[in-house]
Amino acid sequence: MKKSIADLMKIRDEALKNMQLRDQSESNCRVVVGMGTCGISAGARPVLRAIIDEINKRSLNNVQVVQTGCVGMCRFEPMFDVNINDEKVTYVNMTSEKARQVVVEHIVNKRVIRDYTIGKSENE
Amino acid sequence: MRDISMHVLDIAMNSIKANATVIKIMIIESDETIRLIIKDNGCGMDKETLNSVVDPFFTTRKTRNVGLGIPLLYQNVKRTSGKFNITSSLKLGTAIEAIFNRKHIDCIPLGDINETIISLILLEPLIDFIYTRKNSFKKYVLNTKKIKRVLNGVKINEKEVIDWLKADLLNFSMAF
Repeated sequence: MKKSIADLMKIRDEALKNMQLRDQSESNCRVVVGMGTCGISAGARPVLRAIIDEINKRSLNNVQVVQTGCVGMCRFEPMFDVNINDEKVTYVNMTSEKARQVVVEHIVNKRVIRDYTIGKSENE
Repeated sequence: MRDISMHVLDIAMNSIKANATVIKIMIIESDETIRLIIKDNGCGMDKETLNSVVDPFFTTRKTRNVGLGIPLLYQNVKRTSGKFNITSSLKLGTAIEAIFNRKHIDCIPLGDINETIISLILLEPLIDFIYTRKNSFKKYVLNTKKIKRVLNGVKINEKEVIDWLKADLLNFSMAF
């Protein structure tokens, strides 16, 4: 355990150095993951982890990930919203693979993946 | 819910909603049982609410009239002829205790509890989590309050810190 804490201190010092280098622009992108009972039992946890992992991998510092409860559309879970500049897109029936695609296509490349959105699923 | 770790995430979400600032999660294993305790210092519940939490047709939500989190846990515990207990007092917080009979054929597995703990820390970095895992040989405690003290302003949900937490959790769960 002692050695482990020493490692943590090293990480802290490293992070403090990086923090000054990082650009401090305000976050303009918010991802809201449904984490109610329905979401969790449908597999929201791996989806959430995939989103955060992909964001970290690409150092997307201005993306904020938050949770919300059940929004009443349990049959579409796992689902999450991507809000960029107050424009909301809801992605439904997510898996960790699909979630990674959404991060890359929507958040990085700014192209909505229509096939995964709620509008598409509802018409089927 | 496929495993106990999912229930832990779900029940902890209730604590978050109750504006808890400290959430204690304990998993105590023996040969016969898995004991799960989740305790928070959130807003708590009054007697009437407390008596109806295991009823699936009770919920605090105004929009719908079902709430399944606690009923599902209750059901999974009772299926193993285990014990379920919930206590709460207004403004002080709530505690849930669930004892699964692990020898029972219907007992769901523990699941990836480390992932649940990491997910909670990622989602709510400002809340303090005290996670204890214990069996008759070993005890592991992760207290985010202590870790934040070491971090001295660096966020606990920074990628590198999360990687460290993951390694630390994994290191100890190998011994279980």
